[in-house]
Amino acid sequence: MSLDPDAPLRFSPLHRLQWEEAQQRHVILYPEGLVELNATSAEILKRCDGEHTLRTIVEELERKYQTEGLTDDVREFLEIALENGWIETAA
Amino acid sequence: MKTAGSKPPLSPPRWLLAELTYACPLQCPYCSNPVDFARHKEELTTEGWKRVLSEAREMGAVQLGFSGGEPLTRPDLEELVAHARRLGYYSNLITSGYGLSAERIAALKAAGLDHIQVSIQAPEQDLSDWLAGTESFAHKKQVARWVKEQGYPMVLCVVIHRHNIEQMEGILEMAVELGADYLELANTQYYGWARLNRAQLMPTREQFERAEAVARRYKERLKGKMKIYYVIPDYYEDRPKACMNGWGTTFLTIAPDGAALPCHAARELPIDEFPNVRRMSIREIWEESEIFNRFRGFDWMPEPCRSCDEKTKDYGGCRCQAYLLTGDMTATDPVCAKSPHRHLIDQAIAEAEAPPEAPLVFRNPKASRRFFET
Ligand code: SF4
Ligand code: SF4
Repeated sequence: MSLDPDAPLRFSPLHRLQWEEAQQRHVILYPEGLVELNATSAEILKRCDGEHTLRTIVEELERKYQTEGLTDDVREFLEIALENGWIETAA
Repeated sequence: MKTAGSKPPLSPPRWLLAELTYACPLQCPYCSNPVDFARHKEELTTEGWKRVLSEAREMGAVQLGFSGGEPLTRPDLEELVAHARRLGYYSNLITSGYGLSAERIAALKAAGLDHIQVSIQAPEQDLSDWLAGTESFAHKKQVARWVKEQGYPMVLCVVIHRHNIEQMEGILEMAVELGADYLELANTQYYGWARLNRAQLMPTREQFERAEAVARRYKERLKGKMKIYYVIPDYYEDRPKACMNGWGTTFLTIAPDGAALPCHAARELPIDEFPNVRRMSIREIWEESEIFNRFRGFDWMPEPCRSCDEKTKDYGGCRCQAYLLTGDMTATDPVCAKSPHRHLIDQAIAEAEAPPEAPLVFRNPKASRRFFET
């Protein structure tokens, strides 16, 4: 199953995404767990707000980092995030 | 300040376990509280706990468990939860659910609690109530439903031992029925009351293997719907667990009276006095106290750990298990096949095939007083 580029994505209500001052990075918090994120992963997840889609996230990041061809990397990460339940497709 | 030698750099605590009280309406015979818990009566005040939360957060702690005993017996729980939320903790209430109402679940949510972990003893009433030493089964299931309804991630915890291990299927079905998002199947670890009752609690190897196969089957089937954490009973392994991810690296427990422990079971070690938050800051305790430094790194290790290349993986196992079984807290964890004490584990396994007849000792203040009053 591959991700529909136009499906709106939102961060899971059962997880929390937060900046950790002590670690100088974003983390995902959930029962019994903590995932440390690198800067790009955090940029992607921050945009999962129920409005953004794979397509619009890629557009924004390509603009932000002044680059192209991010689709595959972003898709790959979003699929992992979906599988882990960090995000969901907003119906 | 920091000890010289081959100590790795100090990492800050990430997980804080706040054991708010030893009071508990239940009497689980596998409770991990120290057997002499009734000795420690002086609980920290609300202000004392707030200071603990603030100081640990400042050092980098982010996962927070409110536990006990039964944390719901503290009337200031909502206030502490609100303080934790303001500080940015991800907080978890570890509860038996006893006496918890829908209103209080809502009040805790409003205060900023992130999740509630409800423990249930078994998937059927008589057994569950017997193991809890209290009539509680029906209410616990109700609590689980409320937790779910109010939008918390629902975490169900079942401690596994010989009296419920045959019901693994029933346990998993109950978790499905209740809509658990997470299920923790915690095979009993033999500390505290569980160590006392080990002969009556330990499953046979065959029971264990059958139950594990059932859990594995459900894990596969429920993938994406329910996350199942299966805590292995390390007696049936040949390497010890990496206890607490290494002593004084990640976990900090504060006991009801303010004693700071590197692990919630550590109070059973032959250490006269643990550093206490009434007298020291969390930073001093974590960085400078002798106890938190004692088993950091590898210098303290005896053979066979000292020259073993697996020591960076398991840190020589659990200090409490080493002490409870060998009487020496610096020994290699006897679970390890390389330990000269492995026969103690093998004996316990053999004993599980034909356990001696004895009643379970239930955890309550009366039974506890036997361990320190003469
Ligand atoms: S394990 Fe049982 S007796 Fe011990 S604190 Fe938890 S609910 Fe109370
Ligand atoms: S000898 Fe020590 S370090 Fe090596 S595997 Fe056993 S417990 Fe771990």
